[in-house]
Order: sequence, then structure tokens, then C-alpha cells
Amino acid sequence: MTMKVIVIQFSGSTCDRDLVYAMREVMGWQVDLVWYKEATNVLDDYDAIFLPGGFSYGDHLRAGIIAANTAVMDNVKKLANDGTPVFGVCNGFQILVESGLLPGALIGNDTLRFSCKWVNLRVETNRSAATSLGIKGDLWRVPIAHGEGRYFNDELGLKELNDNDQIVWRYADENSQITKEANPNGSIENIAGICNLEGNVVGLMPHPERASESALSPWGTDDGRLYFKSIENFFRRI
Amino acid sequence: MSQQEYILKDKINLTEEEKEAVYSVLKRDLTLSEAAMLEVMNSEHCSYKSSRPVLPKLPTEGPRVICGPGEDAGVVDIGDGLALVFKLESHNHPSALDPYNGSATGIGGIIRDILCMGARPIGLLDSFRLGKLSDPHTKWLLKWVTKGVGSYGNCVGIANAGGDIEFDPSFQINCLINVGCFGVMRKEELAHSRANTPGDKLILLGGSTGRDGIGGASFASKNITEESESDRGAVQIGDPYMKKLIIEATLEAIKKGLVEGLKDLGAAGVTCSISETADMGGTGTEINLENIRLRESDMAPWEILISESQERMFFVVKPENIEKIGAVFSKYELPYEILGEVTESGKCVVKYKGQTIVDLPAHLLTKPPAADRKASYPKYLSALNGKWLPKEPKINEFNDICRKIMSSDNMISRSWVYRQYDTEIGLHSVVKSGQGDAGVFRLSEFNSKRGVAVTFDGNSQQCYLDPYNGGAGILMESCSNIAAVGAEPIAFTDCLNFGNPEHPQVFWTFEKVVEGLGDAARALDVPCVGGNVSFYNHDEVNDIAVKPSPVIFAAGLLEDVSKAVNAKFKEADEFIILIGETKTEIGGSEYSTVIHQKDDGIVPKVDFARVKTLLTKVVYVIKSGLVTASHDISKGGLFAALTEMAILGDLGYQINTNRIVADTERLDILLFSESLGRFIFTAKEENIEEIISIFAEDEISASFIGRVTQEKKLVIENNDNQSIVNLSLDEVKHVWKNRMEEEMEGKK
Repeated sequence: MTMKVIVIQFSGSTCDRDLVYAMREVMGWQVDLVWYKEATNVLDDYDAIFLPGGFSYGDHLRAGIIAANTAVMDNVKKLANDGTPVFGVCNGFQILVESGLLPGALIGNDTLRFSCKWVNLRVETNRSAATSLGIKGDLWRVPIAHGEGRYFNDELGLKELNDNDQIVWRYADENSQITKEANPNGSIENIAGICNLEGNVVGLMPHPERASESALSPWGTDDGRLYFKSIENFFRRI
Repeated sequence: MSQQEYILKDKINLTEEEKEAVYSVLKRDLTLSEAAMLEVMNSEHCSYKSSRPVLPKLPTEGPRVICGPGEDAGVVDIGDGLALVFKLESHNHPSALDPYNGSATGIGGIIRDILCMGARPIGLLDSFRLGKLSDPHTKWLLKWVTKGVGSYGNCVGIANAGGDIEFDPSFQINCLINVGCFGVMRKEELAHSRANTPGDKLILLGGSTGRDGIGGASFASKNITEESESDRGAVQIGDPYMKKLIIEATLEAIKKGLVEGLKDLGAAGVTCSISETADMGGTGTEINLENIRLRESDMAPWEILISESQERMFFVVKPENIEKIGAVFSKYELPYEILGEVTESGKCVVKYKGQTIVDLPAHLLTKPPAADRKASYPKYLSALNGKWLPKEPKINEFNDICRKIMSSDNMISRSWVYRQYDTEIGLHSVVKSGQGDAGVFRLSEFNSKRGVAVTFDGNSQQCYLDPYNGGAGILMESCSNIAAVGAEPIAFTDCLNFGNPEHPQVFWTFEKVVEGLGDAARALDVPCVGGNVSFYNHDEVNDIAVKPSPVIFAAGLLEDVSKAVNAKFKEADEFIILIGETKTEIGGSEYSTVIHQKDDGIVPKVDFARVKTLLTKVVYVIKSGLVTASHDISKGGLFAALTEMAILGDLGYQINTNRIVADTERLDILLFSESLGRFIFTAKEENIEEIISIFAEDEISASFIGRVTQEKKLVIENNDNQSIVNLSLDEVKHVWKNRMEEEMEGKK
């Protein structure tokens, strides 16, 4: 049975078409790209919901906050709380954080610059929907492209994330070590992606959809595919 | 036209010839609005009045050409029912004053040029010409132009595909910021900037009209002076978020067949749109100025007509489609208004508060007279020796020379810049910024196995010392970069950045560069499909004109994009092959400028008779899968090209100079000459003979000069097997890779 998923196109989304391409052409899923206003009442029809990257509302006020306050997000929240898998990549992660579906905040990179480069992600847990096939310690090569991707949480929040195994990926070096040099944006504890308590809502700053075909990777890798395959696997389980 | 404010003939800022062209047709006084429109359309930027008589030296036709110069962007057939649309443009003057907004709106403008041909823009390129990197003003400019290009391009979601930066003191005040964009579309979706049918409606979509950019085109046609700061209002402000929505709405409207004509609003704003669409369609246009949404309510009609506010598009739409196109615009929450309609009159008529304030034949606006510029041989050229050669360095000096070259302003890695650009979005980039001689984009989105290659190139040093050969050389260099990734060069556009054309010595260099470009284009069989000319890049305070700085945007085609190669060494023990002949040509080279601080010497010449065959063979061996890496030799010569390949692959090399085919035995020339038409390949041992024989068929030199090594050392030996260069790769790489970041951010 093929996955049937929706990608919500917000005003100012830019990675929506890439996400559709990776899931439709590479994974062979059934994918609908739907304008956010038209998406509000059709979310029930899908196995999973994707919030794409980009600059929704031009990143005005704060990245993701305006999109987080649209009507469609009220329904996304309801479904997420009922267990529907919801995934946010880059700006989609920012929207998930701003809407309260995921804890913490994403603030400006410590370099004060937008940064686009390939990084190593170390898988920290396989309990999230997007790493269900991953093995703790796996390294995925995936590119980042963001100016506000620095994950932050306070001491208590971090403790909860760690205690509950909600940290899904960390930025690591070639040898799987969590180092300052491997951290591209100053994220606390090198955090690149997290999930909610239940593991069905997952946010990630780097772009797996850009790393799912060997032709696009400087190393000929396709590690981003593991992200989507894990989602497939997770869906089969529920 | 009663109760109008008319302007006296001698108050109008036009030359005598330009006035004659207007008054001989009109035979009456001009209104204030008419005068403003004519002034801006007669500006150098809009009218190409100085360059127009010279540009016919460039060939513009070829079997692939769908749209050549004259449209908003060049369009070429790339097979599989697809067309490539590409263009580059300068945003020099605005960027010199306000580098962030100047460069950002440069990107905004060039995106519109691609969009208004009907194509989805998929890639961006940029070229910066700045003063010395160590200079604080240069750093300020570099920081903000990079941010401007990046924040606009990233937000609108278009990938960077490459670029080119040169640092030279002649650009200290007048920096040159050129930006390029390309897009791909199905051929049948081509849109034209035309209003063909009387009765069709004229719609303005997008941003409101304000005072930003008032007279921007006129301002770009002046030298920069101490008063230029007060022109800051002439720099437009961009809104990439709205641009993203405009792109989606425009493409959706075209797909639905709702668009008869399309024009972007750039230089000269509404004036340009209503006159060029009418003139191209052989019709007229009539608009009501009060229908335009204003940002500032007290704007005078002439200001509204020439405002260059960003994020606006002009549509020609059939009356029966107005509702449908309105629904598309509304989906994206974009405001729009119907300005008026197409007429049969051949005139541009503007009404405002019940009065006709403009009533001009369209051709008076679109076809102003050319200027008759004088050219004379520049004094600085007479002062050059022309054949200058430095004393040959001692063998023990080579290591140091090599270190200096790889750490010079013009050689060091540009990653600090392009890491601030999204190079991945769109899932197209197969050879990415910094990986090879040209950016390669796949077209899988369009169900095609093909790919396009794009590159920006210039060499102001060589164009300064020898404008003709310099001009020819940069086109050769550009096409060589295209061939080096395995693509066939198919067309180019240019941006010609020069000083004040009213100075005969500057104009002479302009003529010679264009002549050189034209001869090289014919030899390489690549047509020019568009371009842009930027004059008045002259610092009046210090009386310095920029060095002649044409920038070329060349495009190439790969039939199978999976065959593209990059410049990275792949495996130890692979063979290194040098193609082409090394000549005593170090004029304008990194070696001359960095090591000898000398602006002199013989500039590389294009071998017109053989270049086409050479590049065809290069593409052939790559397509056949015989080479594992490929790099064109340019700045810094053979040494720099090899070293870049080593840095990318994190592997060393060992070569011997005895098999370098050259007209000299001088080691410095062998290593640092910038002779054109040379490539380095790496290949497996079993393919060496075949590669060499393919080139030998046409008597093109090809020789095995050494091997890739596991040991991370750069080793060059002479005829006596004595090592003249022996450097640690890591040491050279560290400086090359980090120097720009350290200059910009401070040492870590």
C-alpha cells in the first residue's frame, strides 16, 4: 500500500516542490501539494502531513510564526494530537515550534549568516517516525540551508528532551563525534531535529528531500531516503 | 490638452539630436510627464545610445536561437521540447551606494526578466568586481552585496549556480555587481512582451508604486560623484516574498493560457511597459494613471510614470479572461489593477484626473536616436612595453611564489560567499558552486535526461592590457569552462561594464572588446542572445575609470547530464593529462600582478582557427567517459589548476615539466602562463592512449605529465628530475580555504 501524503503550501514556501518530487518520484508515494487555505478541511484524507521549507510570509516577525497562526495549523494540531504523523523540514520545523507542537525555539545562527552546506547528522534515537529504521549512531549526509536554525531550549526543557529520548538528530563530525566544529549554527547540544513525546511529530532543520538521490550528493550518497523509508515503516506499524 | 503644465524646450534634459528627433515629429511643447518619460527612455541605460552602433559586431543567429537580443532575455532551444532562458544584468550604481538593497534588487530584476519570457527561474549567478580585499570599504561592500544577493535569492527559492569575483583597485569606488538568472520552460509556453490586439486589457500586478527608484535608469547613466549619496532614493527596495508569489501566479496564469503579453517593470517602470509592448505589437496603449495603487498619495503623475518600484509585472489580457486571471492573482493574495487597454493608435496615451497628460507615438520612447561617440587610442596603452617579461626566478623561490599565488585575492576560495547562498534548492544542481568550472543543472523535473551548464567569466586585467584579445579571451574562457564539465557551449549573453563613453579613450576600449568578443563568437560558433551595457562606471572624485570589464554568461548543453564531470581528483595513481600548448603569455596573469606587481606583458590570444575543434574534442572525451576529472586552465596557470583539483579531491600530485608542450623552457612561464585552450584531465591508465590519440588526430597537443598521489604533497619536477615545487597540500589548502573568511570575520 503506497503512502498518501499532503504537503501544505504556505504563502512563501519554497521547498514544497522539492519535497513533492522526492516523495513522488523517488519514493513513489501519492503526494498532493495543496495551498494552505484549501488544505484546512482535507487533512483527514492523508496518512501523513508535511510542512515544507522556505520563507513562509517572508520570515516576517519571526521565522514560521505567521504560518503557525493560520487556520490550517489549528487542524494540523488536532490531528497531530490524535496521532497523525506530522513532519516539518527547515521552515516546517520552525512552524512546528512556533505552533507549540514541538518544544523550544529556533533562533538566528551564531555566525549571523545564512548557511548552506552538507553536514553529518547522527541519529540519536529510532523512536521517532522519521528514524524508525535508523540505528542510534548512524551518520546521514544531508545539506542545511538556513539563517535561523539554531535550536534553543532552557535547562529544564533540555533535560526533558534528553530524559524522554526526544532528540532525534545531532550535528556530528566524520567520526560521529559531537563537536563544536561540527555544529553549523550554534544549536544547543548540537541538536538538529527533535520529536514530540509520542514520536509522531518530527522537526528537522536539514533537508532530507535534497539528499535522496546520489546524483545530487557530493559523495554519491542518498541518506535522505532513510528519512522517508522510516516514515513508510512507521506508518505500516500504526 | 488644456490647463497642462508644459515645459520649455531648453529646460529639457536631452541632447540637441534627441530633442530634434522628438520635436520634428511632435511639433508642440511637451508636458512635464512626457518630458520625464522621454528623458528616462533616452538615458544610456534604457536606450543603449552609445553602444547600439557597436553591438552589431556580435553574431546573434544560430539554429538554436529562439529569441535573440531585443527581448527581455535570450531563449535557446535545448531539445526535448525545452528552451533555456537566460540573461545577466548590471546593478553597479545602486550597489555602490547601498550594497544590500542594490544587489538584492539586482537579483529581483533579473528574475523578472526570465519570468516574463514564461520560464520558471531555476538558477542564479553573480559577479562582483571590488577593490582590494584587505581594504575596509571593500569588506563592507562584499559583506552587504553577498547578504543582498543571498537574502533575496534564498527567500525567493532559486539556487545559486556559480559566480565570479575579481578584486582590483580600479573598482574601489565603482564596484561592479552583475547578476544572472536562467530558467527552463516548454517551448510552447514562451511569452512575449507584446500588446498585439486592440481591445486587450492592461493589468499591473504586485507591489504598490512609490518614489523608490525614481530616475534609477538616469542615475545609472551618470558617473559616481560626492553628491551621489543624495541619490540614495534612486535605489529600489526589494520584497522577495512578494516576488515568490508573483512567480507562482504568473506561471499559473501562463499555464492556463490567460496571458497575451507580459512585461516586467524594471528600468523606467510603467513608461517602459506601455511603450515597449505597444511598439513590439504595432499597436498603442492607453492607461488611466489614477488606477495605479500608490504608496505615497502625493506623487506627481510624472513620478508615477517613471517610478522603478520593485515587484510589479505588466500583463496584456483578453477582456474575457480578466475574471479568470483575477482569480489566479487572488489565490496568491496579490493585488492588481486594470490600467487601461490596447489601442490601434500607435501612441502611448496617459489620462489623469480627466486630462490627457501624455500623448506620444510609442516609437519616440522606444527608439531614440543613437549617440555618435568618438574613439581614440588610449594613452595608457602607449605607455606599456607590451612584451614585458620578468627575470626568471631561482629554483628555490618557486615554493614561495606558489604559496603567494594560491593565497592571492583573486585565487582564494569563494566559499565564504557562496555558502551564504542556497545552492541545493530545486534539486537541480549536479555540479555545484565551487566543484567545477561551470554549474551543471539537471532537468529531471522536465522529464529530460539533459542538463544545462552555466558560467560567469571576466578578466578585467587582460581586457585592460589588450581590449581586443582580452575580449576574445573571456569568451574563450567561458566556453572552455562549459566544455570542461562536458557540455557543448550553445550561446552567451554579456554585460559590458565600462567607464564614461563620452571619453574617446574609454570608448575605444569598448569597441575593441566588442570586436574581440564578436570574432571569438564566430570562431566558437556561439551566438550572443542578449546583453546589457553599463557605462559611466567612473569615479569622478579620483578620476578613475574601471578597467574594461565585460562579464560573459555562457550556457552549455549536456545530452546526458549523468556524464558531467567536476574538477576533483578522484583516486591516487590516476594519470594527469595536459591538453593544449603553453605560450609565453603572462600579461594580466596572477603571476605578473601578484608576484611582480606589473600591469604589462603579452595577453593570451585565442587560436581562432582551432578553438571549435578543440572544445568539441574536450566534450567528446568527457561524454565518452574517458576522463575522471577535468579542469580548464585559467587564473594562476597550470600550477593553480592542478592545485585546485588536488584541494577538491584531498589528494596530492607529482608532475614533471618535461612533457609540457610550450614555446619556452622557462619554468615560471610553464607553471603560470595563462594561455587559453588548455585543460587538465585525470584518467585511468587504460584510457590514456585513446585520449591522446583523439586530440592527435587534429594535431592538438596532449601529453601525460604526471600522477595523482595518495601523499598530500604538491610536487613539480623539472627536466633534471629536480623538484622545483614541493609543498604540503594541507598548508596550501588551509590558507586558500580560510583566507576570505578570516578577512571578513577575523581569525578564529
